[in-house]
Amino acid sequence: MDVLSAAPWWLIALIKSAIVLFVVVTTFAYSMLFERKIMAWMQLRPGPNRTGPWGMLQPAADAVKMLFKEDLTPNTADPLMYKLAPFISLVCAMGAFAVIPFSESSAGLWGVGDVNAGILVIFAITSIGVYGISLAGWSSGSKFPLLGSVRSTAQMISYELAMTMSVIGVLIIAGTTSLAGIVHAQNRVWFILPQIVGFIIYIITAVAETNRAPFDLVEAESELVGGFHTEYSGLRFGLFFIAEYLNMITVACIATLLFLGGWNAPLGLTFVPGIVWFVLKAGLFIFMYIWLRTTLPRLRYDRLMNFGWKVLLPVATLNLLITAAVVAVTG
Amino acid sequence: MGFLGGVVALAKGFATTFQFAFQKKPTIAYPTVKMQHAPRFHGLHELRRYADGKERCIGCELCAIACPANAITVIGAENAPDDRRSPGERYAARYEIDELRCIFCGLCEEACPTDAIVLTPRFEMSDYRRGSFIYSKDRLLVPPEAGVGTAPDERPGGIPSDLGAVIQQKSTVDIEAGYGATHRGEILKTERTGLAG
Repeated sequence: MDVLSAAPWWLIALIKSAIVLFVVVTTFAYSMLFERKIMAWMQLRPGPNRTGPWGMLQPAADAVKMLFKEDLTPNTADPLMYKLAPFISLVCAMGAFAVIPFSESSAGLWGVGDVNAGILVIFAITSIGVYGISLAGWSSGSKFPLLGSVRSTAQMISYELAMTMSVIGVLIIAGTTSLAGIVHAQNRVWFILPQIVGFIIYIITAVAETNRAPFDLVEAESELVGGFHTEYSGLRFGLFFIAEYLNMITVACIATLLFLGGWNAPLGLTFVPGIVWFVLKAGLFIFMYIWLRTTLPRLRYDRLMNFGWKVLLPVATLNLLITAAVVAVTG
Repeated sequence: MGFLGGVVALAKGFATTFQFAFQKKPTIAYPTVKMQHAPRFHGLHELRRYADGKERCIGCELCAIACPANAITVIGAENAPDDRRSPGERYAARYEIDELRCIFCGLCEEACPTDAIVLTPRFEMSDYRRGSFIYSKDRLLVPPEAGVGTAPDERPGGIPSDLGAVIQQKSTVDIEAGYGATHRGEILKTERTGLAG
């Protein structure tokens, strides 16, 4: 403890960031394997099982493969933007983890930074991440990526509205925008109960925000040949891939923090450390994402837009108004 | 239908995929686990002998004529009186099958008047050079010490286990018996002990 308090703040922040980055990137690697395994099982296949026991070394093999692939740039591409876009995506995806608290002990929060407006910071950072996708598609200089990025922009705007609306209900009840504060406010009852509508809207919009099936029109393989990342190859494609999975983990973490009580133990099972609960809850979300992907076919684009604007947004707004009214009346 | 019907339909879909995750997978981990073949599977050829060690093939070229893929080349020759290779007048001086052309239809087997050419259950013959797929007599003919070879009708069937361990999926056929029934199985057992062990 003495050593810690004597160290300069930037050193502590650096070490914390390194640990969180390591954990998060490892989580990405294995959530990818987890996804491939679960999808395979649901499709009656064994999944990756050649590299190490149960395919445990598959992420390493994939990483090596990505590293050694050729990095192509189309002639028609805008070179600077084309090369920058994956980094925008990745940096924004990673940046969100700077403010996510994973657990809590007597020494303080388990996270890089404890920001008093954490949820706003996350939404701000992940919104910038859309630029990565949009610029990637636009700067590729070919048709499919452009279509993908146009879709992405429209989809992000439509669904981010409903997503933010669904989250505000939680903020009203908790009375704070600090993620740790929101978790503390769920000591007695998790917000999934009073905010069940908000929760459902959040998980639907979160799927759309992370461009995953059945809302993956941005990268629809069967119609856009990968969408915004059609032209990308090798490591740059890998960066988009990492960013997508990190975003998935981020929204899983936010859902855990906002609706499932964060690191609070259910049913008074407090002897299990909070971090275990956090990981279990977030893992449940990631499993749900995978399950969703294996089950549902891709939506048609006009239906996606209709659903976003004519169903999700009004319901989210109504939920917000009712929550606000109830909180105002009951105090 | 309506909203509730939609929810029920969604739930059904999710239940289906969830159930599938726990079902037994039909995949067979091929190199380590092998499937059982039909007893008279059409695989690699072999040229049989008579019990006295004489070659059955009389070099009549009927197999080459029957072959729809033109994969067989036979060049017959007269038996020398002091060195009779086959009981008849002639024998196959050269007998070559291009296994890359072969379609494993088994017509050669049916055309053969002396039951000399037969198809064994062996199917793993991958190699690095195209030339290696032209099997001549040195690889087709049952060596004298290996017996006579088995006619398909007498073969219990199964799969030769010369590449890795064979795990029986269904015990309908006796693998060991089927393996021993072809001389190629025996040869490969000795040639590739490294892999078989």
